[in-house]
Amino acid sequence: MRIITALTMFNMCFSLSAQTESDALFMAKKNLCGGFVYGNTTWDHYWEGTFYRDNANIGTFKSNSVMAMTNYGISNSLNLIASAAWVDNRVTAGTLIGQKGIQDLNLFLKKELWAKEIKGFNGSLVAVGGVSTPLSNYVADYLPLSIGMRSKTASLRLLGDVQKGHWYGTASAMYTRRNNVTIDRNAYYTTEMVYSNEVFIPDMFSYNLRLGWRDGAEKYFELLADRMNTLGGFDMRKNDMPFLSNDMESLRVGVNLKYPVPRVSGMSVMLTGMHTLTGRNMGKAKTLMAGVVYQVEFKNGAKK
Amino acid sequence: MNRFIKIVGIAGLLAMASCSKEITQRNQNFAALNPDKTDTSAGSWRPVLLSSVTEFGCDNPIAVTSPDYKLELLEIKSRQANMSDEDEALLKYWSAGTVLRWNEILRELVAKYNLPPYQNPDGTYPIPSAANPLVYPYFPFANPPYAARAYAYVSAAQYDALLAAYHYKGFYRRSRPAVVDNTIKELVPVVKDYAYPSEEAVVAGAAFAMMSLLFPGEQDYLQDKLNECLNTRILAGANVRSELDAGVSLGKAVASKFIQRARNDRAGKAIGTPADWAKLENSAIARGETPWISQESPKRPPMLPLFGKTLGFLMDTTEVINNRPPAPPSTGSAEFAKELDEVLWYSQNATRDQMRIVHFWGDGAGTYTPPGHWNAIACEDFVNMRFSEVRWARNLALLNMAMFDAAICCWDAKYAYFNPRPSQVNNKIKTLTGLPNFPAYTSGHSTFSGAAATILGHVNPGRAADYMSMADEASKSRLYGALHYRSDIEVGMQMGKMVGSKAVDRAKTDGAE
Repeated sequence: MRIITALTMFNMCFSLSAQTESDALFMAKKNLCGGFVYGNTTWDHYWEGTFYRDNANIGTFKSNSVMAMTNYGISNSLNLIASAAWVDNRVTAGTLIGQKGIQDLNLFLKKELWAKEIKGFNGSLVAVGGVSTPLSNYVADYLPLSIGMRSKTASLRLLGDVQKGHWYGTASAMYTRRNNVTIDRNAYYTTEMVYSNEVFIPDMFSYNLRLGWRDGAEKYFELLADRMNTLGGFDMRKNDMPFLSNDMESLRVGVNLKYPVPRVSGMSVMLTGMHTLTGRNMGKAKTLMAGVVYQVEFKNGAKK
Repeated sequence: MNRFIKIVGIAGLLAMASCSKEITQRNQNFAALNPDKTDTSAGSWRPVLLSSVTEFGCDNPIAVTSPDYKLELLEIKSRQANMSDEDEALLKYWSAGTVLRWNEILRELVAKYNLPPYQNPDGTYPIPSAANPLVYPYFPFANPPYAARAYAYVSAAQYDALLAAYHYKGFYRRSRPAVVDNTIKELVPVVKDYAYPSEEAVVAGAAFAMMSLLFPGEQDYLQDKLNECLNTRILAGANVRSELDAGVSLGKAVASKFIQRARNDRAGKAIGTPADWAKLENSAIARGETPWISQESPKRPPMLPLFGKTLGFLMDTTEVINNRPPAPPSTGSAEFAKELDEVLWYSQNATRDQMRIVHFWGDGAGTYTPPGHWNAIACEDFVNMRFSEVRWARNLALLNMAMFDAAICCWDAKYAYFNPRPSQVNNKIKTLTGLPNFPAYTSGHSTFSGAAATILGHVNPGRAADYMSMADEASKSRLYGALHYRSDIEVGMQMGKMVGSKAVDRAKTDGAE
């Protein structure tokens, strides 16, 4: 359940703003954009393994966050993206205390590998490498309320994008290597006792599909679907708490919108809504995000 | 610049991908047990339940000159000649100690079964049934009192069974296979003592029988562990089959006496009835106190309210009542309000290190419980102390009898006073870990820990101060976590030490010192 939080934060990076790690849009050389995104995730049902349930001792889980992000054009085909978020998680019922604080730093290097126009279709292939690391000493072993997983990660995404006129489609797949984490306990039970303070964190695989209409990098509307699953992990037992090494899966759908603010050059607003269709050992979350980004143009506008 | 970033990025990814995610556990590389004292006089130590070490018989062994014995030696030779990698791993695993490994198996089962049942559609809760252990809700719900009792019975049964085994070893004076036949190799350190009946098999037989009662849905798993344990003795060249068979029989026979006792120790009735639960609440109200109310939703009946009437090993029920602590501050008193404020303060101001302490000692649902934690602490120290199997069993029996009786005293107090948790009285108080579903006074963690640290300090004096400071930290974790008032933890600790001292009294007179 807590991974919802972690994932929500994670997804923010790719679902909320253009020129992010999961689209084919690039900042031009020496251009810089920065912004803030407010996010709100809630759920009142979750999957305990495959068992779909509510929990009157949790009520509704609510996560509020503010993410700062920036994207710098090292060249027209190489961007450096950074983001970090402050997160506040709480539940509306039961006695468990909420958690808040600075979560993780995410860094991505995004490289256009190939781009070509063939018979009116613009195609491109992009690779995105990412790393993340916790920025504070938050408690990870307190799902679903902890603000993150504390896992240092490295990811690689391969992305293909096709545009015809204003219409486009983007498909990508990402593998995330997730390092083990150290928790405050020195023994814990998964499907067996483990006498260590180290927890095995399974790697993760995700796919992302977007279809939409865009006019440059600052104006678009898209529908997206997002599937992720951990490569291993175990199911929560009945009435147990979630744990860092659970087998987590989700299928989400949503919409993304970006629009330039009239009369303010370089400023755009973004809106995202995501809805979880199915999952495993996760909350059936709804996420809303709203952000503002400002682009400083030293030379040209965005490349695409 | 461009190339530099790429190189750094790729190097970073490779560095992460290359480090292994395999976890080395602390109990994985314990050295083979190699006692510095054989404790061959253990047959004269004082048992817990047995009227004498000969209460259960042990048949004459077959002669080492007999053809049957020769065949048994051949089994060793053939197993040793065809040893697989898995055999090697099992040999290494079990060589660390039989009492130790069965204690770990028990801890694992406790953690597996320590989950409160999910509610019925009408908001009531189903009660696990020993007759139907594999039908949800699985039997048992191995909560802390259940676990404390389980650890005590298994440890005490192993201890008594080993005293009987040591008696018969001295009586029959059967030589070890490697002494009878010098072509047999002993692949683990084997105590220079007699081999019939096998003490490892006695431990395993007693543990198997006792744990089959306590975790009836796990009999297949336990049978596998039993076979594994016995097979490693053959592989090790330490015992022939008939020594193991005799050991298992003796272990099971001794356990039968503990099973009989467990069936009549009143723990089975500890869950009480709705009438009992209402009486507890009404009695608190009649005394002018705010009664405990379940903070779970739907409201769950209190955990084992009659467990305080269970028959322990160190104290009888009268002694438990006579040692009941005085009442906690009245819920209407200024002192109570002051203690409540302190809990609220920790709820809102706990430091990161205090959070660590809360989680380290949490031992809540889905874990091996606080008694399990103290078993782990004890075992990790004992592996360095080179105890014989019987001394291992004796020390764990003392520890676990102390924690079982501590649970009884603590539950007696909890339900005598039935006082509310801080978060019930002030809903601004949020807890840093799961809130247990039973009254506050006295703190179970503090009582368990006071008892455990006291007896462990006696059997391992070099670490006495460490155990006490660990107990103190465990106790305080419940205040930091906003689960308990200061008086719960302080009185709980005193009560735990009182019970622990009963175990120390026993230790001084059981013949092992």
